[in-house]
This record gives sequence, structure tokens and C-alpha cells, in this order.
Amino acid sequence: MKIFRIFIILLLITNFSELKSDEKSDILKNKILKNIRCLICQGQSVYDSESEFASSIKLIVDKKINEGAKEDSIYSFLIEKYGDWIVYEPQLNKNTYILWLLPLLLFLLGGAIIVKKIQKKNE
Amino acid sequence: MKKNITILITGVVLSFCFIILYKGLNNPNTYVPKTSIKKDIPIFNAVDFFSRKTVSSDEIFKDNTYYIVNIWASWCVPCRVEHPLLMQLNENHSVKLIGLNYRDSFNNAKKFIDEFGNPYSRILIDKDGTLGVEFGAFGVPETFLIDRNKKIIKKFIGPIDQEAVNKIKLMIK
Repeated sequence: MKIFRIFIILLLITNFSELKSDEKSDILKNKILKNIRCLICQGQSVYDSESEFASSIKLIVDKKINEGAKEDSIYSFLIEKYGDWIVYEPQLNKNTYILWLLPLLLFLLGGAIIVKKIQKKNE
Repeated sequence: MKKNITILITGVVLSFCFIILYKGLNNPNTYVPKTSIKKDIPIFNAVDFFSRKTVSSDEIFKDNTYYIVNIWASWCVPCRVEHPLLMQLNENHSVKLIGLNYRDSFNNAKKFIDEFGNPYSRILIDKDGTLGVEFGAFGVPETFLIDRNKKIIKKFIGPIDQEAVNKIKLMIK
């Protein structure tokens, strides 16, 4: 009876851990699909789109996750095929430096102007 | 002096914004991936349409010649339009045509080939569209020109026309 109980507990533990890993890969899959644009229904993510292109991409992403591919490598694969536009959040590279750094520069510039104005006011 | 600098900076910023927006007006509002590319062909395994055997990309592109990969389907109307041009390209001996039958049923695809002719030296089955993604395709029809170094050198999105055929002929000369 004791052995049977242990067996049941072990079975439950292994099943739950499997469920957790499935859930994890589903979360990752959805995250990636929401960050990929559909080239047919432009303006929609692959996650939301029902086009044939989107369904093919869903299959590819699923396959790559099951093969153990990392999120970045999946994006790199798709960018290599379709260009930077395919992802909503483009990676930092020579084409996107301005996109990523301009808000930071503007923020710093704005901050510097405010600091200068306050200093002037105090004087 | 300070006023002049402010006016000058405002003018420059406004002109910059105007140029950006004006250029944006002339750009198409749909994104199309680049068509002039130089990429290695993907490495893949696919099922042959007639023999049903699995073949590798190395076997498919083994000859020292130009290849054209054409993505087609029997349900695709523009594919019917471009088909006579593919038949015309098949007469050229310095290029081999590979067909990628995209999300199609075997019977319908076979009927299509029987009716309009078979320009392909080999047809591969792409049942779920994932093979097309390996080539960087996002619809049907799409055509890829591959050089002797096994690099994709040109991509035609949509049905090819006589102008595209002439361009291909010029490139494979």
C-alpha cells in the first residue's frame, strides 16, 4: 500500500512538472507570435492573424521551440528571411541605432535643459 | 542674435520633419521584403510530388546550373497566368525549374499539371507552407532565381510577367 502511494505521488509530480514545461513553452510561443508581424494582414500580429502565412509561421515557431531554440534565434531566423520589419520590437543593430538611442538622447537633452533652467533661476 | 538662432533651429527642425513626412507620402504603405538578395539556399528535406520519396536540398540542387524555384498551387489564379511563361523558361537549357506545390491537394495539383503542362524538373510538396517560409516566401506565387553557387540572387513576388522572364534570361546568360 505504501509503495502504491509513493507511486501515485511520483506520478502526480512528474505529470505536473510536464504540464509546467508545456505551459512555459506555450507562454514563450505566444510571446514570440505576438511580436511577429503578419505579412499578409499587415497591422496584425501572427498571433492574431488567421492567414495561411501566419499559420505556417506558427508551425515553424512551435517546431523551433520544441527543438530547443532560444527566443532570439527564432527572431534572427525570421529577420534573415523577411527583414527587420517582421518583428514589432526590432533588435539593436546598425539600422536601428537611431530608433533605440534617439529617445534616450532626447530624454537626456530635455533633462539638461531643465537642469540649466533651474540653475539659472537659482542664480 | 539669440532670436535668429532660435528661428534657424526651428526652421531646420520643421524642414527636416517636412522632408520625412513628404518622403513617407510617396512610400507604399505595405511592406514588401527585399527582392534583390544574395542568400544561401535553405537546407531542408522535402517530399517529392510524384515518387513520394523524401529528398534533401543537396540532392535537389546538385547540378552546376541555375535553378528557378517556383511556388505554386492549383487554387491560385495568378499561378495559371504565369504558367505559360514558366513553360517558356523550361525551354532554356541553362536553368532547371523546381516547383513547390503550396498547401494543395495532390489530385487538384496533378489535374493542373496535366491541363497546363509540367515545366518543372522536380515538384516538391509543401503541405503546411513551412518550406515556403524557409525560402522567405509569404504567399503564392513566388519565384526565386538561384545561381551556380547555390545562392538565391533574385526573388519575384507575385506572378512573373514577360519582363521578369527577360530579366531572368539575361541573368542566366
